[in-house]
Amino acid sequence: MIKTDALIIGAGPTGLFTAHQLKLIGLDCEIVDNLDKIGGQCIELYPDKPIYDIPAIPKCTGEELTNNLLEQLKPFNIKFHLGERVDELTKDNEKWKVKTSKGTAFETPNVIIAGGVGSFEPRKFSPKECEQFENKTILYSIKDKKIFDGKTVSIFGGGDSALDWALELSKTSKVNLIHRRDEFRAAQATVDKVKELSNAGKINLITNSQLKTVSGNGKLEEIEIENDNKETKKLKTDFALGFFGLIMQLGPIANWGLNLNKKTVEVDTEKFETNQKGIYAVGDICNYPGKLKLILSGFHEGALAARACFKLARPNEKYRFEFTTSSKTIKNRLGVKSD
Amino acid sequence: MAKITYIENNGKSHTVEVAEGLTVMEGAVQNNIPGIDADCGGGMACATCHVYVKDEWFDKINKKSEGEDDMIDQAYEPKKSSRLSCQIQVSPEIDGLEVHLPGKQI
Repeated sequence: MIKTDALIIGAGPTGLFTAHQLKLIGLDCEIVDNLDKIGGQCIELYPDKPIYDIPAIPKCTGEELTNNLLEQLKPFNIKFHLGERVDELTKDNEKWKVKTSKGTAFETPNVIIAGGVGSFEPRKFSPKECEQFENKTILYSIKDKKIFDGKTVSIFGGGDSALDWALELSKTSKVNLIHRRDEFRAAQATVDKVKELSNAGKINLITNSQLKTVSGNGKLEEIEIENDNKETKKLKTDFALGFFGLIMQLGPIANWGLNLNKKTVEVDTEKFETNQKGIYAVGDICNYPGKLKLILSGFHEGALAARACFKLARPNEKYRFEFTTSSKTIKNRLGVKSD
Repeated sequence: MAKITYIENNGKSHTVEVAEGLTVMEGAVQNNIPGIDADCGGGMACATCHVYVKDEWFDKINKKSEGEDDMIDQAYEPKKSSRLSCQIQVSPEIDGLEVHLPGKQI
C-alpha cells in the first residue's frame, strides 16, 4: 500500500503541471496512466503537431510540451505508474483507497483526475466473430514478435504502426497488409518502403478493402475481406493484427459515484472538486460553466486543485501563498540557491 | 438556416434547423441528437462525430479537410461515404441534408 498526499490519474500536460504545483507547495504525489508513456493526448494524438496557444511559448509540438513539463518536474522525484489503469476507488474513513489494473494500491486523502477524455484503448475489428480470437490470434498490439516467425500475418491499417510492423514482420513472416483506402497516413519513407516490398512480392498489399469476417476452429484460419465494389476475397492467415489507432473511453471513472455530464465530470471552480470530497477533476475531463478545453485551462485548474489538496493532506497546517521568485522554502524544494 | 436530418443507426430520424456557419456536428450537439459524441469538440483530433453521407449529398457538401481521411481511418466502420460531421459546414445550399449515423462512435 503506497501512501501519498495526492494521487494524480493521467500523465498528460495537466497531470504533469498539477504534480509540479503539488510538489511546489510541499505535498507528495504519484501519477498513474493507462498509456505506457508520459504525455497523454499530446504524445498519443499529436506528438509532431505544433501547438500555438501555450502562454509565452509561441509554438511547440505535443512532444516538446511534454518534454518541457518533464524538465520542469526534474527537481522533484515523481513516481510514475505507467501502463496501469485505475480500476477501483473506494472511501475508507477519510481516505481514498485506489487500486490499479496491475494491483498497485494507494491510500490518499486526495485523488486528482486529469484523465483527458478517459483512457486510451485500441480500436478493435468490428465483426463480432473476431471476439473469440482476440488476445490469441487476433491482436491489437505486439508483445513478442517471435510468435509470428514463419506464419502468415494479416495486418490492417494505414498508419505508422501498421506499416512499421508490416516491414518488420515481412523479414520473418508472410505478410498481407490491408487498408481501407489507397492513401496511407504513415511517414512517407515508410510508405515508399512498403510499396517497394510490395512490388518485389515481399508484402501482399491490398488497398480499398476492409475485414468482413473471420473464421477458424479454435484458432484463426481464414479472413474474408471486401473491397469498395463489394467483391470479397478469402485469405488463409494465422494471425490478424488491427492498428486503427486508439479510442478514448471514460472507463471505470464512470463507476465512482461522480456527477457526470456526458463524458465529463462536474466540478466547482474554487477547488475543482467533484461531488465527492477529496476527488478533483482538472483538464479536459472536468466541466463547469464556461469550461474551455485548452491546455492552459488545465494548468489553472491543476494549480487550484493542488491548493485544495493541502487542506486535506495537512489538516493541522495553514497553507501560505508564496511566489517562486521570492520564497526560500520553494527555492529549497526546487534545489536552487536563494539570493 | 438549413434543415438537417440525422438518422440514427436504428432508423430513428431527427430533423432540426441549424444556423448557417455552424458545422453539422455542432447542429447535432446543440440539439442533443444521440449518436454524435464529438469528444474533441470539433478539432478533428478524434473520430467520434463520424457520419455517412449518401451519394446524392456527398458532392454537394464541402470537400474533405486535409487530414480528415486519416482520422476516418480510426473511426468505427468507415465507408466510402464517411465524413467527420465537424468538418461539414452548414450553409443554405445544404438545406435538406441527410446524414446517417454509424452503429457507434467508439
